[in-house]
Amino acid sequence: MKAGFKVVALASAILVVGFVLLYSGRSVSAASTVQITGSVKLDGAAPHQKPIDMAKEPSCAAVHKDKPITTEGVVAGANGGLANVVVYITQGLTGNEPVSTQSVEINQKGCQYVPHVVAVDAGQHMKILNSDQTSHNIHPQATKNPEWNKSQLAGAPPLDVTWNNEEIAIPVKCNVHPWMHAYIVVVKGPYGVSDDSGSFKLDNVPAGSYTLTAWHETYGTQTQTVTVAAGKPATVSFTFKAK
Amino acid sequence: MPGKAFAVVVVIITLVIAYCVITHVWWMPVDISAHGPKIDHQIEETVFGAGILFIAGQLVLASFAFLYGDSKGARKMKAFPGGAKSLIVFACVVVGVEILVLSFIGSKAWASVYFTPPDPDSLRVDVQAGQFAFYFRYPGPDGKFGPLHPDLINEATQNYFGLDTDHDADSKDDIVTAGLAIPVNKPVLLTLHSKDMGHSFDVRELRIQQDFVPGIVIPVHFTALQTGKFEIVCTQLCGLGHYNMKAYLEIMTQADYDNWLKQQAAMQ
Repeated sequence: MKAGFKVVALASAILVVGFVLLYSGRSVSAASTVQITGSVKLDGAAPHQKPIDMAKEPSCAAVHKDKPITTEGVVAGANGGLANVVVYITQGLTGNEPVSTQSVEINQKGCQYVPHVVAVDAGQHMKILNSDQTSHNIHPQATKNPEWNKSQLAGAPPLDVTWNNEEIAIPVKCNVHPWMHAYIVVVKGPYGVSDDSGSFKLDNVPAGSYTLTAWHETYGTQTQTVTVAAGKPATVSFTFKAK
Repeated sequence: MPGKAFAVVVVIITLVIAYCVITHVWWMPVDISAHGPKIDHQIEETVFGAGILFIAGQLVLASFAFLYGDSKGARKMKAFPGGAKSLIVFACVVVGVEILVLSFIGSKAWASVYFTPPDPDSLRVDVQAGQFAFYFRYPGPDGKFGPLHPDLINEATQNYFGLDTDHDADSKDDIVTAGLAIPVNKPVLLTLHSKDMGHSFDVRELRIQQDFVPGIVIPVHFTALQTGKFEIVCTQLCGLGHYNMKAYLEIMTQADYDNWLKQQAAMQ
């Protein structure tokens, strides 16, 4: 019995010390990277977005009965913010940055892709969910990654997918619900996607000088250079002109 | 014994099938179109003729099995006069004549749908089929359809027909919808377009089933006599999502239809 206690005590001590070391290691590395935050503005009025009629799929039409959804080519927020802009680093990374282990997801909900634009690190895992009572098929029309087309029945488990090559951007469509559209933007390194107010943030950017690129499905790309120093979060802003 | 048992089973199967067909156990859904009675009458006639032949054939089969199925020992086979060659010629002629007669009789019903011109006051609706959905286009207040530009078709911007509303005046008021609504008792002329491959427009209650052929505009006309909501399905296997290629036909009173069209126009 006594020997058993010793073994358990020793193992616990090793585990505790191990975790402390791991934790301190993480905090050290976190201190040397910074966050880039910023906002994307739309200069002018967003073009008219057409309402979508889902008469073909009554279960989805019922979800949007009171407020029909529209196309999402340009989604502008209340304070002139522009949503669905992917901001990522095109120059300045060493290429040895670890792949993000966070799981990103894209959900098929009410016969709509939520979110409409999703960014993912090359090699990062991505989940595709179907929350609807109908079957969907997911058809990413990739050109630099393998193109595929998979069905997902109502209630089917999520698909787990990864993309190995950078690709800006992969249009995604559902063949049985032709109004459904999304973009998967595969980048290398830290990235951020602007929300309804136009705000975005890039986490874990090491100190250095970078070229940032902002990509929007309708308005194209813009670039900007930014220099970040250790311990000093940087702020950038982009403005797209409405067309 | 097995020969007689087989004969009895054949007779039972024949009687059960005949009963189901004669009493319409599984029959077509109710007909709601003006031309439908002709089609239904033709189907009845064809089923009647085919049914007589079916029952006769089964009874001959059963009686041969009953009389000779259990006999022991070798029997002398009688050859068909003229041998195998003349047997095949005989069979081809019999089946060929049967099909020709059916086509000749049926052509009247077919011609009444396809060889009669549409009513000049028909409501015109354009139909676009594509993997895997139907879309519909109404000409709007000007009564004119704008030209189609297939290169402009873009599902992401809901431009399913390829309209150029910036340049074509006739397209500006065109109303594109995801469902087909029509007024009851009003002649309707559909023009069928396909943007990719063969599809089919089938509404069972309308007794209309017409293929789409890419590159050809196919007219089809009918008058619906009852209000209600019916399913439009694609009945031409067209790929992975074929099972879900459908839309809904709503037949409304003229007033309801006018309201519906106004709502759809506001949604463009």
